[in-house]
Amino acid sequence: MDTTAFTFVVFFGSLVAGFLGALTGLGGGVVIVPLLTLALGVDIRYAVGASLVSVIATSSGAAAAYLREGFSNIRIGMFLELATTLGALLGAHLASHLPARVIAAIFGIVLLFSAYFSVREHPKISSDQTPDPLAQKLKLDGSYPTPEGMQEYHVRRVPLGFGLMFGAGTLSGLLGIGSGAVKVLAMDRAMCIPFKVSTTTSNFMIGVTAAASAGVYLRRGYIDPGLAMPVMLGVLCGSMLGAAALIRLRTHVLRILFSLVIVALAIEMILNAIKGRI
Amino acid sequence: MDDRRIEKAISILLRGGVLFSAMVVLCGGILYLAQFGNRVPDNHVFHGEPTELRSVSGTIRAALSGRAGGIIQLGLLLLILTPIIRVVISVVAFAAEHDYMYVTFTLMVLAVLLYSLTGP
Repeated sequence: MDTTAFTFVVFFGSLVAGFLGALTGLGGGVVIVPLLTLALGVDIRYAVGASLVSVIATSSGAAAAYLREGFSNIRIGMFLELATTLGALLGAHLASHLPARVIAAIFGIVLLFSAYFSVREHPKISSDQTPDPLAQKLKLDGSYPTPEGMQEYHVRRVPLGFGLMFGAGTLSGLLGIGSGAVKVLAMDRAMCIPFKVSTTTSNFMIGVTAAASAGVYLRRGYIDPGLAMPVMLGVLCGSMLGAAALIRLRTHVLRILFSLVIVALAIEMILNAIKGRI
Repeated sequence: MDDRRIEKAISILLRGGVLFSAMVVLCGGILYLAQFGNRVPDNHVFHGEPTELRSVSGTIRAALSGRAGGIIQLGLLLLILTPIIRVVISVVAFAAEHDYMYVTFTLMVLAVLLYSLTGP
């Protein structure tokens, strides 16, 4: 396979990954790294570098759309970005010290976790909560539009959420994914932020988090232009198509199918890591 | 500047930044395939990129001299800069609201981002 053929294979693979990632809300990053490492034999550090770049592209595009709808909470986003960017720096530094097979094994475990979260129903949070003093001091409480008018919400357990966000940032920097699942877990479960607000605010934060680790990857020489080019363009086109198709498609079945694919990739990654083939 | 206008400005910046950097990457990509299209790809074994493509100044130099890898890398750099500029706008927006606690938080995030791109 020459470079032209390789570029087109990566482009179309990334297109499909971006399309499914946008439809299911899992993001393209979770399949890009397994695709590049397992199917095409690319070194995992190059794969993670290319995936990080595509994560910035899709998250910035999606955040632009969500911001105008008024769901994202910019203060929550900015405050938690302190945690995610510091975590991302740690993750990017870990990436250069850990052996490739350890990174692959962690990747597999995180994939399993993401698949579980995408099919699980998210619990309803009661809205009649008492304000939390720390959240009030940090001005994190907000309101968002619902069919019945603006709904107020109170943010809780700020230190726990901040800690989980640091972890999400570390995973993002180490694995080149948006780690949306951990971010939503931190915001919706730990901090009791309404689901719609947590998902859109999480998307808003992913670009900044990925930029923090992408800088380190660039300086370490882990971002290969020849590989990142088709990945970025493919995921970007795919996610635009996915966002357009989302309005017309029923995504429940697709979400389950995509989760099964992710589980298969996760097992393959872990097995390869154990056998030392990565 | 009120909140809605800031959000609109950020929204335009994010969309414009992504599309512009994608165009630069695409131009570099076409040039790259025209030059190296029939070579065998070399990314199975990790050896890191040349020093030139590891820094902001090196990337700009490589792009200006018309090297395909440099032009792609410049597009990727512009993409990385898009969320960073968004953070800069947020600093200004919080300052306009006299919310100095959030000006401080945002400056801290900005410091982390600049360290990651230019630090030791």
